[in-house]
Amino acid sequence: MSAIIFRRLLQAIPVLFIVVTLTFLLVRSAPGNPFSTEKKIPPEIMEELEKQYDLHGTIWHQYGQYMAKVARGNLGISTQYRNRTVNEIIAQTLPVSMTLGSLAFCMAMAIGITVGGWAAVRHNQAGDRMLMILALLGISVPSFVLAPIMVLIFAIWLQVLPVAGWGSPDQIILPAICLSIPFAAAIARLTRGSLLEVLKLDFVRTARAKGLSEDAVLFRHALKVAILPIIGFSGPAAAGILTGSIVIETLFDIPGIGPFFVNSAENADPFMTSGVVLVFSSFLILFNLVADILYYVVDRRVKLE
Amino acid sequence: MKTLGLFFQVVRRDPFLVACALFLVGVTTLAFVGVHFTGYTYDQISNDSLLQPSGAHWCGTDINGRDLLTRTLSGAQISLVVAALGALVSLTIGVSYGMISGYVGGRVDNVMMRVVEIIYSLPTLVLVIVLVTSLDQTVSNLMRSVGLTQIPPRLVLIVLFLGLTEWLTMARIIRGQVLVLKEQAFVQASLALGQSHWNILWRHLLPNLGGIIVVYLTLTIPAIMLDESFMSFLGVGVPSPLASWGTLISEAATSINPIRVYWWMLLFPGGLMALTLLALNFLGDGLRDVLDPRGRS
Repeated sequence: MSAIIFRRLLQAIPVLFIVVTLTFLLVRSAPGNPFSTEKKIPPEIMEELEKQYDLHGTIWHQYGQYMAKVARGNLGISTQYRNRTVNEIIAQTLPVSMTLGSLAFCMAMAIGITVGGWAAVRHNQAGDRMLMILALLGISVPSFVLAPIMVLIFAIWLQVLPVAGWGSPDQIILPAICLSIPFAAAIARLTRGSLLEVLKLDFVRTARAKGLSEDAVLFRHALKVAILPIIGFSGPAAAGILTGSIVIETLFDIPGIGPFFVNSAENADPFMTSGVVLVFSSFLILFNLVADILYYVVDRRVKLE
Repeated sequence: MKTLGLFFQVVRRDPFLVACALFLVGVTTLAFVGVHFTGYTYDQISNDSLLQPSGAHWCGTDINGRDLLTRTLSGAQISLVVAALGALVSLTIGVSYGMISGYVGGRVDNVMMRVVEIIYSLPTLVLVIVLVTSLDQTVSNLMRSVGLTQIPPRLVLIVLFLGLTEWLTMARIIRGQVLVLKEQAFVQASLALGQSHWNILWRHLLPNLGGIIVVYLTLTIPAIMLDESFMSFLGVGVPSPLASWGTLISEAATSINPIRVYWWMLLFPGGLMALTLLALNFLGDGLRDVLDPRGRS
């Protein structure tokens, strides 16, 4: 098993390499100036700046220098946020995004599995139908529509939660809810469908025949099998929450990594953009590996490749 | 055409799906025809800024005094066109990729599916943002040099790259189906009769995939619509003064303040977008229940 994990980690290296190469070359080959978008910089200062940032010479030379730095763990200095290294910006903003993202992920899982399970047990009853319509609504209403509505209701009319910002515990509630709802809805649908399939299987009937209580059948037997598709979905869900948090951070004025990324991509900051893409991709690849291992631990029939 | 027939066959049986389909037809008609009868254009600035809905402006106006009804409908145009074209791109790639992977099988199949898994584990929307922002200028110059000045280059890039990222599920499902189909007697028979592989794929396998293609096409359209509005919301989508639903919602979100609430700016574009996505998802779900019972979630 550890050999397989090691091999998967090794396989991730070429993927990350391709992704970073693509990003850096794309951003650098785009016309436009990473140092300023409005003011004209005199050519001699420009040349000095480019030297200072290792952005002079041919694009391949720049790329070589950048990759040499990346290999040593140095992601360069941001051209958009001058005098700050990309490592520093990421170290400051990533924990914020991770806190928000992991909270939203856990909420989506908890709400989704509970609601889905509840609906499956009441298959085709009024409660089940209602919840599934709600779930489809949750998937269909984009988080950036939901978020302003929630702000209007809870922050402006009822005034129970702050409008935006970051730092105190009550400031994380609204953004985490808005970020998690579409995924909670998707997980609820998935759980319900999977549990309905499992509840038809023979081993569930056997468990009931043994005289186990309905709760024991559900939680100790059925859910254990029904959870598999949800583990499978956790990778895409993490990717969705990661990108979704860009919008939520912008909306709620949260000092996470998202707004920095969008701004640097728009202003052709090669170091910041490539750095964020590298961090996002590594995180997701790692997350998917963990999900695959978990899948294997729960269901030994699958082969871990 | 046969696929389209299948679509109508299924939809006709369920009055709720008929309602969803009619709603979508209604939105499309309003977006492409109705928008010309509002009495305003989407970029017509006036002094009547931030007016409440009234007889003159049914959905009110935005901060620059532009008629919100007109803007919501022309936003619908952009969102619908991007989603439909993007879904077409993803359909072409997904179906051919999945068919080849499933039909050839063996090592090729292994490698092709591994590639899908790797792309699945990447933040694709983040990569699309990088691609669109950095290729914008280049493609714009390219299009100007061949005389295509009518179409905004960013729109082309968004359609292309969102189509290029949303084909994964389609490819997986199609491959699974082809794996089953290719073992069936009619395929073996055509092989024995000396049919070319191309003919088998095109004439025998593709028609049998119609149902599944309809289902996942219906589900890809809302996914791309959501991605596009996500990008427009962040300001890396359609360029102003054009506005998709995402742009309009972003304008509404930035105008929120505790003193005065411009609810109409959020309600009309946000509501129409949510209803459209809901109708598309209901349709896709309904079709899946009938045409692909095993794929039910």
